Amino acid sequence: MISSYLTLAAVLFVIGLYGALSKKNAVIVLLCIELMLNAVNLNLIAFAKFGINPSLKGQIFSLFNITIAAAEAAVGIAILIALYRNKATANVTEMNSLKK
Amino acid sequence: MLENFKDFLLNGENLLFIFFSMLVIIGAVFLINLQKVVHMVIALATTFISLAGLYVLLEAEFLAFVQVLIYAGAMTILMIFGIMMTKHDRQNEEPKRPLHNGLLLLGSIGFFFIIYLAIQEAAFPIQEFTSVEENTELIGIDLFTWHVIPFELVSVLLTVAFIGAIIVAKREED
Repeated sequence: MISSYLTLAAVLFVIGLYGALSKKNAVIVLLCIELMLNAVNLNLIAFAKFGINPSLKGQIFSLFNITIAAAEAAVGIAILIALYRNKATANVTEMNSLKK
Repeated sequence: MLENFKDFLLNGENLLFIFFSMLVIIGAVFLINLQKVVHMVIALATTFISLAGLYVLLEAEFLAFVQVLIYAGAMTILMIFGIMMTKHDRQNEEPKRPLHNGLLLLGSIGFFFIIYLAIQEAAFPIQEFTSVEENTELIGIDLFTWHVIPFELVSVLLTVAFIGAIIVAKREED
């Protein structure tokens, strides 16, 4: 049973990876990063039930993971809004001020 | 083989797993393929809620509720705010990048196959999972005895991150 959960998490992670690297809208890139983090959470919880040493530690670890993901999303959206105010774009290909 | 398959389908847990995992993957695929940004966020909300269902199947009820509250509630609303604050009507005139996307698709699928082979190769010995009724209570006890320092550190980090987010997003008046 654990291998099906791990495979599902791998599918989610790969879809998130593809979206994060191919989408041009910065909000969607953030969403895809959340998808990847969710795949990792699913892995952690699956191992908390079916792993070598099943215990609640995996669930607690994924709680911390969710917290950090929330902080990351908040800071990401804040940076997006600040950038939009200054450059009037939400396109990741135009966010290249450091390259010029 | 067919008998095994029948047994697999007759098990309620497996059926629920198939249902929720289908919803998860469909939501994720729609996130990639839909055209409008708001529709993408709705698809992602589907994925988050189905993941909460999978957490219930894995006997992590507290985390299922946390998932619904934080991801399906707060994160989705935050992303919709982000969409409202920015403009998204110039999607069609963007240049396509066929080479970039093709290579990316190839790399992603290759990466998935590497992980898949590793999962198939690995041996996971069956362990007894003592199923508990009071999942939330045990998590609380564990969190406030063994992991109390990481817990406090995370609270400080959240405060710093949210104050920082407000300061970054604030309009610079002066």
